[in-house]
Amino acid sequence: MSEQSSTPTGLVAFAWALVGLPLVYGLVQTIRTASALFTG
Amino acid sequence: MAVPSFLARERIIAKPGFNRWLIPPAALAVHLCIGQAYATSVYKAALVSHFDSTLTAIGIIFSIAIVMLGLSAAVFGTWVDRNGPRAAMFTAACFWSVGFLVGALGISTNQLWLVYLGYGVIGGIGLGIGYISPVSTLIKWFPDRPGLATGMAIMGFGGGALIASPLSRQLMNWYDPAYDGTIGTTPDGGAVAGLFVTLGLIYLVFMMFGAFIVRVPADDWKPTGFDPSAAKPKAMVTSESVSAGNAIKTPQFWLLWTVLFCNVTAGIGILEQAAPMIQDFFRNGETSTVAAAAAGGFVGLLSLFNMAGRFVWSSTSDFIGRKGIYMVYLGVGLVLYVLLATIGSSAIWLFVALAAIIISFYGGGFATVPAYLRDLFGTYQVGAIHGRLLTAWAAAGIAGPLIVNGVLDAQGTPGQLVAADYRPALFIMVGLLAVGFVANLLVKPVADKWHEPHATTPATARANPERSTTR
Repeated sequence: MSEQSSTPTGLVAFAWALVGLPLVYGLVQTIRTASALFTG
Repeated sequence: MAVPSFLARERIIAKPGFNRWLIPPAALAVHLCIGQAYATSVYKAALVSHFDSTLTAIGIIFSIAIVMLGLSAAVFGTWVDRNGPRAAMFTAACFWSVGFLVGALGISTNQLWLVYLGYGVIGGIGLGIGYISPVSTLIKWFPDRPGLATGMAIMGFGGGALIASPLSRQLMNWYDPAYDGTIGTTPDGGAVAGLFVTLGLIYLVFMMFGAFIVRVPADDWKPTGFDPSAAKPKAMVTSESVSAGNAIKTPQFWLLWTVLFCNVTAGIGILEQAAPMIQDFFRNGETSTVAAAAAGGFVGLLSLFNMAGRFVWSSTSDFIGRKGIYMVYLGVGLVLYVLLATIGSSAIWLFVALAAIIISFYGGGFATVPAYLRDLFGTYQVGAIHGRLLTAWAAAGIAGPLIVNGVLDAQGTPGQLVAADYRPALFIMVGLLAVGFVANLLVKPVADKWHEPHATTPATARANPERSTTR
């Protein structure tokens, strides 16, 4: 059964961006911190 | 306890064609916020200095929050299942945010008890309700991939600390320019109070966003192309329902409680001591070959593996089964712990690799357990059962640090410990993992006598919760 989506694609993209961007910020910052383990 | 109509479950039943991929970000909006609980070390030294107190007294704030998490998840689990995810997320947002604001008041007025009450008790209640709020909803939206679904949300709890740690340093630097976030500098109390107010408000907005986009599927909804009746029956996956009241009377619940307790206690053993541990393992006399900055990097690396393990291992469990994946967490984890204790000090790369995999299993254990509960007890009251199971986390949060700190205190003075001093604690963890491994082996399908009568559909059960049979 295939249904027409009743959820705006923009809302789904916005929701993922809202949680994804902070997560990317946290990941980048943590990788920078973790790199100290290998660089001294 | 009735909830206002705009929060009621009936108001958030999804229309046909709703895109279920809107639910994971709703869950992540909550878990990324409450995951801040793992980032308290950022301002711990500042609070010790501000209150002229001790690390133990300040550490109690976190301990109260984790104990309240376990207790509130257990107490409010049935309420969460009955009223749905929007009411739960809304309530969690209010408690978590107010917890920060009361905590800020305590710091500003120099009253530590207010921080205990605010962040610890009030915030801890928000933690517990928030942690379980999206779990049963995700399982219902993703009956074809429950491990993936809960892994995504609970990964957010690990990810929350990754965001909160650097963000907190940045905010405290704005409020106290003398603090630059480097080792040896400490922000003043006013900066921590400002941080608490800012985080409280940011988290309120984020969690409310999650609360207002979340939806529950209609009772007869199924993903396109998914036919549970056509799926090959699996012995460890039930199609029956067990109420939360009955679940805690089954041996399966207490075996899983033991599994979670052992897995979490063992993981906390490393997490609690990560920075000093890597320095002590490579200590040469008074100095360590691992610098303080590198030890901080090790903590960051463990955070990454903690988060990644939640998603990767929980998703893997959809293919190899929940019992199988816990045999890996506990069995392979046990072997890795033995290697860490015996040859871990021979090379830094080996130590880091062993610890990172162990911590990924720790995270995986958290993320996989809701799907394990769903397999054994069905989706009917899985949120409430999960809430009760989280008391194992609260107990492990007390037992893990007690074991490690107790052993290390008996072995010598911090700053002079070496790898051999950690061996008794590590071998206690090996014993705990062995207990957990046996408990997991003993898990069998739940006996028929605990199943709900088939007439008790989810809808009728919510309307008449007392109709659920308890034995």
